Amino acid sequence: MHANGHRDDTASKIGMWLFIFTEMLLFAGLFIVYSVYRYRNPVAFHLAAEELSTFFGTLNTVILLISSMTVAMSLTAIRKGDNKHTMLLLGITILLALAFLVNKYFEWGAKIEHGLVPGSETLKELGHGDTLFFGLYFFMTGLHAFHIIIGIIILSVVLHFVRKGRITSDNFVFLENGGLYWHLVDVIWIFLFPLFYLIT
Amino acid sequence: MTREGNQHDEISYLRVQGRYRGIFAWIFSTDHKRIGLLYLYSIMTFFLVGATLGLLMKLELIAPGKTVMEAQTYNGFFTFHGVIMIFLIIIPGLPATFGNFLLPIMIGAKDVAFPRLNLLSWWIYVFGALLALSSQFMGDGPPDTGWTFYAPYSFKTTTNMLPAVMGAFVLGFSSILTGLNFIVTIHRMRAPGMTWLKMPLFPWTLYGTGWIQLLATPVVGITLLMVAAERILNIGFFDPSMGGDPILYQHLFWIYSHPAVYIMILPAMGAISEIIPTFARKSIFGYRAIVLSTLAIAFVGYFVWGHHMFTSGMSGTALYTFSILTFFVAIPSAIKVFNWVSTMHAGSIHAEPPFYWAASFIFVFMIGGLTGLVLGSLATNVHVHDTQFVVAHFHYVMFGGVGFAFMAAIHYWFPKIYGRMYDKGMAKTGWLIFFIGFNTLYLPMFYLGIRGMPRRYFDYLEEFHGPNIISTIGAVVLIAGLFMILSNLIVSARKGEKASGNPWKGNTLEWKIPSPPPPENFEETPVITRGPYDFN
Repeated sequence: MHANGHRDDTASKIGMWLFIFTEMLLFAGLFIVYSVYRYRNPVAFHLAAEELSTFFGTLNTVILLISSMTVAMSLTAIRKGDNKHTMLLLGITILLALAFLVNKYFEWGAKIEHGLVPGSETLKELGHGDTLFFGLYFFMTGLHAFHIIIGIIILSVVLHFVRKGRITSDNFVFLENGGLYWHLVDVIWIFLFPLFYLIT
Repeated sequence: MTREGNQHDEISYLRVQGRYRGIFAWIFSTDHKRIGLLYLYSIMTFFLVGATLGLLMKLELIAPGKTVMEAQTYNGFFTFHGVIMIFLIIIPGLPATFGNFLLPIMIGAKDVAFPRLNLLSWWIYVFGALLALSSQFMGDGPPDTGWTFYAPYSFKTTTNMLPAVMGAFVLGFSSILTGLNFIVTIHRMRAPGMTWLKMPLFPWTLYGTGWIQLLATPVVGITLLMVAAERILNIGFFDPSMGGDPILYQHLFWIYSHPAVYIMILPAMGAISEIIPTFARKSIFGYRAIVLSTLAIAFVGYFVWGHHMFTSGMSGTALYTFSILTFFVAIPSAIKVFNWVSTMHAGSIHAEPPFYWAASFIFVFMIGGLTGLVLGSLATNVHVHDTQFVVAHFHYVMFGGVGFAFMAAIHYWFPKIYGRMYDKGMAKTGWLIFFIGFNTLYLPMFYLGIRGMPRRYFDYLEEFHGPNIISTIGAVVLIAGLFMILSNLIVSARKGEKASGNPWKGNTLEWKIPSPPPPENFEETPVITRGPYDFN
């Protein structure tokens, strides 16, 4: 512990919100790039978007929404001092996150199989619009998947701390911040999903 | 890098014994004062490297044709010089060193809000720095794009760009975390009675800076990641042959990198706003105006990035808008200059070394600022775009502005940091040599730029020879002055005369505690009842 150790949960939460703000801006840069290229290649983006599997996209959206719910419920559980349910709900959240990644794996795999991957000959033939669409698709969902992995790590540490009794009903700011981070990952997906899967 | 501060009755932060010993007591310390010094030593080390590169470039330019290096070496040097000076020195410069050391003390706190995160920031900084430096020694030669990594060259060149780009990305992370820490600290940890408008001006500028670090850095982060992805995966974001747009890169890059200029200059202005009232023995003129202009600069600074791209291709409307906004951002800067000058007016001026630096800061900053307006107006910009004029301008603002303010700050807070005083005569002589060298170095470059000598060329026409010789002589003089200043400080940190808690008769909180400060800063939490610059 730090020599001047004092606890200020409000400060921790402000810090987390500010950090989340920077994460949003990180993706904002990509949304700008997406908008510019969509505006310049409307037809190609329209056709390329139809290649994506709306089924997988919707499934993953549902998975993430449920996981956001379970992580929020775990917060309620720890407030009530119910460690057992807290751990159970966190465990479910982590499993759902893993399920998301499994879906992503199959989804990406199918695209790669069809040669719809940056640098491929297929994309070169399809032209600029498709190249940019799939470039952005892999880059943005890839960066998002990276955040999912970070989220899994954070939530696992939270779970571990609950088990060790370091997160308790009167000291749960770490769980709260971990949950906030998980909601961020969810919110970003809420924007990625329509941009790539729904707007065709 | 430990320093023995001896002969002190109370144990200072320099001597206190924690969990670790030796160098580990420093690199694993979460004390904001030690972290501030870690930054100081890292930054000074990198600065010597960057300054050496600058001097070598100036030696190359002493005569037309090849003198001391090949063209490609020169390309590598100006890239490396830029990367070091921008990302490793002036962006963390004042906030990470003096901000870390002084922010908690000046607002009456024991530490920053997240001490461990603060230490992590320094570690990330070191990691990013090493990553960026590694680009020099691995792969197919040092990067040669300039510090701006302009697309498409940055992913077409065969040189070793990737570590440099990723290093800049990592350094951005460190900068974000420092900004975040400072914002939360200022919101949550001000001493009782320190209302927003009783807060000293240096913390105020750190607050503005923190927001810029937080809001602008992620954009360049993602842009640099995209460049890295271009190099690795060949995606085509900024590659015209694949439908991408290089101009888009420039926009994204400057959306960060222009506000970054204010990350650098705002804390510099804050330090000057502390120093001038102390040596004029007079309350700062227009405290609220300075606070408001700080926030105005932080805000308007976001909307002027396009003035870096006047010749890149933009609509007429965009050109006019960016140009007029650039003129707007000059107004709050000018307000500050008027405030500083008015503070000195009818004051009781004590001409100590920090005051020399602060006063000369105003002088060089004015030259830098006014030549910035030459670049901000559309017609003249086209004439001097990418010439030595631009180089001279931003060295007057960055090196002249931030560099002089850094020197002012180190001379001002040195006795607080080490509890010792440097040789004032030597400091003044060093300042004079540095000041003369600085102006001899950069003034001729304005002339060269107007006459048409481009920047980033290792060769030039015979007609530019004279001013280039003067400029190189200036560089040598400047380096001589720099060595005099640094050796004075380094020797004095160990052997200087002992300084009292308040050698300058300053009025802000850091002068109310012993020098060097005790580990917890304050024995009991201070209660603030008066403004920071009420001298009587």
